[in-house]
Amino acid sequence: MTAFIIRRVIHSLIVIVVMSFVIYGLMGLMPGDPIDLMISADPNVTAEDAERLRAFYGLDQPLWSRYLNWLGAAVQGDFGYSRLYAQPVWAAIIPALQNTLILLISSLTLALVIALPAGIYAATRPYSVADYSINLAAFAGISMPPFWLGILLIMVFAVVLGWLPAGGTADAGGASGMWESIKFLILPVAALTIAGIGGHTRFMRASMIETLRQDYIRTARAKGLSENRVVLHHALRNALIPVVTILALDLGVLFSGALITETVFAYPGMGKLIFDAIMGNDYNLALVGLLLATALTLIGSLLADIAYASLDPRINYTDMDQ
Amino acid sequence: MSLVRVFVMSFAVTMVSMLNIGTANAKSELVIGITQYPSTFHPNIDSMLAKSYVHGLTRRPVTAMSADWETVCLLCTKLPTLENGDAVLEMTPDGKEGIAVTYKLHAEAVWGDGVPVTSDDVIFTWEVGKHPKSGVSAAEGYRRILKIDRVNDKTFTFHIDRRTFDYNNISTLGILPAHIDRKNFEVPEAYKIKTAFDTDPMNPGLFMGPYRMTVAKPGSHMVFERNEKWWGKAPAFEKITMRVIENTSTLEANILSGGIDMISGELGLNVDQAVAFEKRHGDKFQIIFKPGLIYEHIDLMLDNPILQDVRVRQALLFSIDRDAISERLFGGKQPVAHTSINPLDWIYADDIPKYPFDMTKADALLNAAGWSKKVKGIRVNDKDETLRFDIMTTAGNRTRELVQQVLQSQWKAAGIDVRINNEPARVFFGETVTKRKFDSLAMFAWISSPESVPRTTLHSDSIPSEENNWGGQNYTGYVNPEMDALLEQIELELDRDKRKALWHRLQTIYATDLPALPLYFRANSFIMPKWLTGVRPTGHQFPTTLWVEDWDVAK
Repeated sequence: MTAFIIRRVIHSLIVIVVMSFVIYGLMGLMPGDPIDLMISADPNVTAEDAERLRAFYGLDQPLWSRYLNWLGAAVQGDFGYSRLYAQPVWAAIIPALQNTLILLISSLTLALVIALPAGIYAATRPYSVADYSINLAAFAGISMPPFWLGILLIMVFAVVLGWLPAGGTADAGGASGMWESIKFLILPVAALTIAGIGGHTRFMRASMIETLRQDYIRTARAKGLSENRVVLHHALRNALIPVVTILALDLGVLFSGALITETVFAYPGMGKLIFDAIMGNDYNLALVGLLLATALTLIGSLLADIAYASLDPRINYTDMDQ
Repeated sequence: MSLVRVFVMSFAVTMVSMLNIGTANAKSELVIGITQYPSTFHPNIDSMLAKSYVHGLTRRPVTAMSADWETVCLLCTKLPTLENGDAVLEMTPDGKEGIAVTYKLHAEAVWGDGVPVTSDDVIFTWEVGKHPKSGVSAAEGYRRILKIDRVNDKTFTFHIDRRTFDYNNISTLGILPAHIDRKNFEVPEAYKIKTAFDTDPMNPGLFMGPYRMTVAKPGSHMVFERNEKWWGKAPAFEKITMRVIENTSTLEANILSGGIDMISGELGLNVDQAVAFEKRHGDKFQIIFKPGLIYEHIDLMLDNPILQDVRVRQALLFSIDRDAISERLFGGKQPVAHTSINPLDWIYADDIPKYPFDMTKADALLNAAGWSKKVKGIRVNDKDETLRFDIMTTAGNRTRELVQQVLQSQWKAAGIDVRINNEPARVFFGETVTKRKFDSLAMFAWISSPESVPRTTLHSDSIPSEENNWGGQNYTGYVNPEMDALLEQIELELDRDKRKALWHRLQTIYATDLPALPLYFRANSFIMPKWLTGVRPTGHQFPTTLWVEDWDVAK
């Protein structure tokens, strides 16, 4: 197992280096450079200034040369400077990363706590009223556009009822204390959770129905085990494997993809940071942000592989190590 | 009295007292919603509206343009002019006509750490500004200063290499604290990264305005508290918080739910959103619309053979009803533009060719230009070419897309087939406009300032090309020798009356030649609580926050 993990970590590092080149290259193919954006915001910047600034920022160099410079510095731990935030890249990323992790861990945990039992319950009573109701709710969650759901939650709970703040973070609202911090999180977490529950419930239901059709489940039932024991002890572990795979792949998407929720709730997280960096031509920030998303997907995939082994005794990485 | 009654009364008294505390707090603090966070706090590196708005609270320029559109002293004591003798004509060492301008800084002006603001700070700022590797974006103003004489701690003289009419306006020179930032400039190439404005942005020594920044959370919010060392009129609010909320629907929800007290006019809702907000909630807020210097227009690609005919350009303008657009889409809050010069500007000329909605005139001009036949309602010429254009703008800009659709239908009624072909702002400004890749019509805005000479947009030497590395902003490719001469003359003409005559001629040529179709001047919408007084929208690039000490709570 240890050798497997080491091998996977090495593979992941190679993927990250290749991705850094691909992302840098793709950003280089985008039209315009930071100086073009600067000119459009400031009519006082002359053509002479533009040329001087391009040379100053190294934008007159070919793309490959700029990439190699970046890579050389990155290997020594210097990931560059964010032009948009006038800070070293990590100084801009860390607070956003913290915010995103709080948001994601809360919403993912909540979504799983609700979705997994709901999916199992629906799967064990297929085509019943309960199953139809759970499916209907799941489809409603999947179909609701996140920006609409966000605005709806704000209108109801912040504007009409006035129970919760409309967005931002606790310190932006001048609040302090645990409850105050939680109050600012409730609406964005709710929006992300509602959007996530639907998908996870559907996956869990489908996977559990498939598992319950397996021969060993029939055998377990034939042995006279209770239905709860059959479902929770024998079926659940196997049924979780596809769900774990989806979760692992979702991790990276969620990390950079909570953009709409973050924008609607004025929540300064990674999704918005990466979006702003790409639109603002902030190469260093966008690159490191996207690489973090890549790394998270790879870590998620590795964790999923490790989880497979514990969920399904038939999966054993020891043979692969030999 | 029953126990229940006592409890209810006590509860009510407690709630009322809590409410009172809440109101008192709300009025000693002001929370402003803005849509953008500054990319740097350095006054001279990069220019952006969010930074100007923030610095309005924390800093003062030497000079600025007041809400009455006059250059005034903020950090200086008297505006130098040729008449009062503080500006003197002189020759430069290489024999050109130059000017010496002497300023005196306010005697009590100090930085937030108590160190006086002096001539040494001004000289340091100039050294940074003119250094090619300091990262300062607009350096032309610094390059024009040949020398600075330090007369004393508070007095200095600029020797400028040319005599421009705005010789005494140094509003773009953001004075830097030499006692803090000089050490960071020892290696000029590293200054952009090392400057205290970004590495230590809460250092009180960086500010000399009524407030100092005490919290800065990128992308989220900033907090400002009273600057104890401020020498001017004390501001009314103990604390001002600026919350960054980019999504305008969320911004609206926040002001309705009390999360913020006001929405900045400079960085807030579009006018159509504000007009809709006024209809729904106008009775609860104080809403001011102020037309400004953001000039919405359509650049015409003059390399296009059809658009080279001035009659076609004029017909395009005659066939659209800009008054109706302004009235119906913007509640009449955004005035129709006739040239790039705003009617609030003293150089504005009213007696120039104008193009009210007139289909008869449009028809006559197009017929005369050879577009008389119509096939399925669209005009064709003798060679059976169709009168067809592409109109491009920034995709996702709701207001522009709305205007674009109205224009398209009005032009169709005139027999002109206009097709919408929008691009994301990044592509539109990064490639299509700046490299002149649009085929016919490009709709966007220019941000101007009072009496701003449109040299970069109208002079023939400012046409972007591969040879000049796509420098300049004359994207239409407009060439008119008389216009070139006027642009050069205006900048150097010191006499106001003579200059006004030149401006008149410039506007007449612009309105006749129509290198661009003027649409309207964008208005800023200030949404404020009814209890807030003293906010005076300027309509130009100097933000309302520069006069924050006049803001108060209604008595």
